[in-house]
Amino acid sequence: MMYTTEKTTVAGGVGTSADRPDGTPKVQGNFAYSSDLSAHGMLWGATLRSPHAHARITRLDYAPALAIPGVSAVLTLDDVPGVKTFGMAVSDQPVLADGIVRFWGEPIAVVAAENADDARRAIEAIVVEYEELEPLVDPEVADERDSVFRRLEIRSGDQDVRGEVVVEGYYETATQDQAPLGPESGLAIPDGEGGVDLYVATQWSHEDHRQIAASLGVKDDQARVHLSGIGGAFGAREDVSLQIHLCLLALHTGRPVKMVYSRQESFAGHVHRHPSRMWYRHEANRDGTLVRVEAKLLLDGGAYTSSSPAVIANATYFAVGPYRCESVAVDGVMAKTNNPPCGAMRGFGAVQACFGHETQMDRLAAALDVDPLELRIRNAMGPGDRMPTTLQEIEGSLPTKRVIEQMRDMPLPPPDDATHPLHLPGGTGLTTDEAHVARGVGYAVSLKNLMFSEAFDDFTEARITITPVGVEVETAAAEVGQGLITICQQIVRSVLKMEHVAVTFVDTSQIGSAGSTSASRQTQMTGGAVLAAATELRDRVLNQYGGDDLDERGIWREGELIVTLGEMTDRELATHHVQFRHPPTEAPDEHGHGNLHVDFAVAAHRAVVDVDTELGLVRVVRVDTVQDVGKVLNPRALVGQIEGGIMQGVGLAVMEELVIDNGVIRNANFTDYLLPTFADAPEVMAEFIEEPSHFGPFGAKGAGEPPTISSTPAVAAAIRAATGRPITRVPVRPDDIVGL
Amino acid sequence: MECDWPRDLAEALEALDADPHASLLAGGTDLMVEVNFGHAKPKHVIALRRIQALQAWEGRRIGAGVTYTRMEHGPHVALAQLARTVGSPQIRNAGTIGGNLGTASPAGDALPFLAAVDAEVELLSKARGTRLVPWDEFLVGVKRTTRRDDEIIVAAVLPERLPERQAFGKIGVRNAMVISMVSACVTRDDDGTTRVALGAVGPTPVRARRAEELISAEPTPSAAALAEFARLVSEEVRPITDHRGTEQYRRHASGVLARRLLERCLAA
Amino acid sequence: MRITITINGIDTEADIRGPESLLTLLRDELALPGSKNACEQGECGSCSVVLDGDVVCSCLVMAADAHGSTVRTVEGYGDHEVLHPVQEAMLDSGAVQCGFCTPGFVVAAAELFDTNPSPTSDEIREALAGNVCRCTGYGAILRGLEDLSANNAIAGDQTP
Repeated sequence: MMYTTEKTTVAGGVGTSADRPDGTPKVQGNFAYSSDLSAHGMLWGATLRSPHAHARITRLDYAPALAIPGVSAVLTLDDVPGVKTFGMAVSDQPVLADGIVRFWGEPIAVVAAENADDARRAIEAIVVEYEELEPLVDPEVADERDSVFRRLEIRSGDQDVRGEVVVEGYYETATQDQAPLGPESGLAIPDGEGGVDLYVATQWSHEDHRQIAASLGVKDDQARVHLSGIGGAFGAREDVSLQIHLCLLALHTGRPVKMVYSRQESFAGHVHRHPSRMWYRHEANRDGTLVRVEAKLLLDGGAYTSSSPAVIANATYFAVGPYRCESVAVDGVMAKTNNPPCGAMRGFGAVQACFGHETQMDRLAAALDVDPLELRIRNAMGPGDRMPTTLQEIEGSLPTKRVIEQMRDMPLPPPDDATHPLHLPGGTGLTTDEAHVARGVGYAVSLKNLMFSEAFDDFTEARITITPVGVEVETAAAEVGQGLITICQQIVRSVLKMEHVAVTFVDTSQIGSAGSTSASRQTQMTGGAVLAAATELRDRVLNQYGGDDLDERGIWREGELIVTLGEMTDRELATHHVQFRHPPTEAPDEHGHGNLHVDFAVAAHRAVVDVDTELGLVRVVRVDTVQDVGKVLNPRALVGQIEGGIMQGVGLAVMEELVIDNGVIRNANFTDYLLPTFADAPEVMAEFIEEPSHFGPFGAKGAGEPPTISSTPAVAAAIRAATGRPITRVPVRPDDIVGL
Repeated sequence: MECDWPRDLAEALEALDADPHASLLAGGTDLMVEVNFGHAKPKHVIALRRIQALQAWEGRRIGAGVTYTRMEHGPHVALAQLARTVGSPQIRNAGTIGGNLGTASPAGDALPFLAAVDAEVELLSKARGTRLVPWDEFLVGVKRTTRRDDEIIVAAVLPERLPERQAFGKIGVRNAMVISMVSACVTRDDDGTTRVALGAVGPTPVRARRAEELISAEPTPSAAALAEFARLVSEEVRPITDHRGTEQYRRHASGVLARRLLERCLAA
Repeated sequence: MRITITINGIDTEADIRGPESLLTLLRDELALPGSKNACEQGECGSCSVVLDGDVVCSCLVMAADAHGSTVRTVEGYGDHEVLHPVQEAMLDSGAVQCGFCTPGFVVAAAELFDTNPSPTSDEIREALAGNVCRCTGYGAILRGLEDLSANNAIAGDQTP
């Protein structure tokens, strides 16, 4: 027993820019991503994919592939022992083609071979004959034919309300790809007893596990999904891609099997952000009060369900944005076509709607001849107001007015000195002289739900153990780069006053689900679970020993250390597990009404662009933002999320588009799917509003998605301001600016 | 796969003579993409990186192995400008002028310069020795050249004298590391002789001869003459619509870019 | 075919089967997975290595053509005790999120600072325009390297 009265203060707690624990291995190249894994005796897998958007397979002969030395297995749908389809909410996608292919790139067969080359040769050796079928690629035709995944018809308020000023518009957003730099990859290792361990980069290991176990036809405990190093996600890893294929191959061959998608294959192998077509009509009174919004949002979900029903719901619920409006009629339609399947991507439906409602707000301001920010402030929704679509009353914080006002007051950058080609549109291409540059400034504001909605049983599990050397946190939450690992450490440090906190990502057999790393939810959900577990554990330990304080030295009573950590040997006592839920939400009624969401966040963006109006080239100079974050847990990490999210919004605004021609992706590579480079990166100035959430650790709100949502329409508005062109589609093309 | 690492041209020619179907590997920035995507499976590669003669840049003779990084810091303004737009520093350290000629992509960044200055391509074979071919007889179609299987591209040969006033520009949607939608090179001599070549707006670089003729006759072109020059350039290019851009835009941008480059030459 | 490459100072022998890239050789045969494969066409910079003194994309180097060459990969920067200044700078500024692009940035930035110890912001941005990052929006990377550049400038001023 040691006695002391010197207490330490812990570093790296909540509110600090604590370092990432995985930072050092990542800069050294030692961090093991899923594509870096290997195992003794490992085979390589590969996937045969459809070259057609819609076809009947009339012949499939894989004998020539099996005849190649080094090829161990060729599997088709016949080899799937369990459920032959997969999918998150709806299991409708065949694990391998069921005789018909419904989108370009649909997996038909998988192979395993001694090396990647042999696997590729095996794929090429499989003989497939197709009878091509007419692909359904126009979502409007799909809508007419009632080929849809979900329809919503929201009618709120008095439908006869009319405004004195009316603006209408038609808008489009293109298909965006998440393009995480780490391609889909994984390693499946059979356990020799009919079970399998899968090491994979995923956003939600337990949901993968559920689908894998079902298709393998094995007991739950026979499939274990381990989180491997994840090279970004942004929604692309919420759906199963190669998970089931890898496990099938491993069980079939009895050997470890690794698979890594090429970049081209990655574009075919994961879902994308839905392209949209949107018709809007806004009506306001002369004083600027928004009184009615009518809209139809048509999104194209592609061939299989994925998360499309939830995406169209989000787009529809958030169709009006963060504004009050007494009368609403919004229809949402998610078309089912033969285009590549779409699903989750950062912003999840709110991105498309925001481009529509924010462009409308600018048009309305112009029609009313008022300042566009004044118009938004006048109609800004806040706590106590009801969502115009769902009629849910806003609980907790929603500082819409404040984010707009604070953004308005941020200083604008001076004109650029153009001392370097990167300061001009066209960059080092030297296309542009200063004389041809027009500057524009544009604004947009967004509203996003946080965490899962519509009565989904959204929970997360976490386990915390006090050990002689510190604290261990166990979770199955996916650290995709966003920094959840650091947030968990910081929360524990602040609660338990112990600096050494290790976060361990455990497999699906060792803990329950942490839910998906999506919907801006992990800070509030897994962060919340860790806070609850740490707090309850601390209370229990203090109770047990009659202490009044706890830190990394041990338990204290009245200023004296009474038990050291090393002496707290009772592991039963020193471990605490929680299953943590957010307040329940309701399913929508037939009108789309109900308390569907847990929490909301708003953000405001201001973009400054320089446009070469004659050549239609854009340089995004600055994007400034004020974001509603509840509480800043880690300032440096938060800025990182905001800058990165804005960049994806800028990408959609000016360059990112999957070019899909009759169902076929024409630019499935990084030469032609353009991601913003260093030379395209705007400066970002970010400020935060800290009004605590009613639900979240220390009042924090999820912060990952809002930066991506209103940055896109802000850039589009800035281009509109610089050029006078309507700019009704993103990404904005040079032709749209030039007016061709 | 078999690989030869010749130290000099004689060794390289010997290897190529023995197997005219061998793949010639320079910087790898084109061939390796084909390999990585499974489109090319060379059985025999002759790696040219170690041949000193190809690295030489002597006066008007630019060795085929000269990289964009070296061109970026070389004496010709437009060549340096175009080199700076090629890919990234990583690509510029590997990619060569010989590779750009050999691949003969319509979007090849060095090609409008070589076309504008009427460069020649120096080819060497074991059987016939050296052959000099004008650029427009060398580049004959999309990724098609008149290089014979037993020939190695040895150098790009520039004329004795280059106009000091020269300018290059390249249009892409991204502000760096982008394949061109339109590129252009304009040169102007002291006597007014003007040349304009455009890339990515035809199977091979397009010389806008009528525009050249018009503007070469104007010692101090008026605004109207410049506008007519731009109009003629737009008329003379032969662009297509593809996933990188539309035919209309390329036509429009060709004229605008060529006019701007000419204005820069006139102001220089 | 057997080739010899000096990798991070170590003479390494390797058997080459076909036209595979240096990146494939490093990752799949030589147990050096630090260089990342993200695009296979030189458009992302994640596989950057230094080949005979020049930073290149190892996905576009035919492994066979690296015969007799000197290669430095991300594993050759810093060691277990001391990080390379670029690595330190990127950690300090929060330039690492998912980290998949990070090895390529480390290599390309280290080479930039090798030739130009105090680059301007524009020089940094142009030199690293071939390294794509999908997480950070480049802001934190730029701040880290600007800080390093400023520190080098001070250190340079103090050196007679």
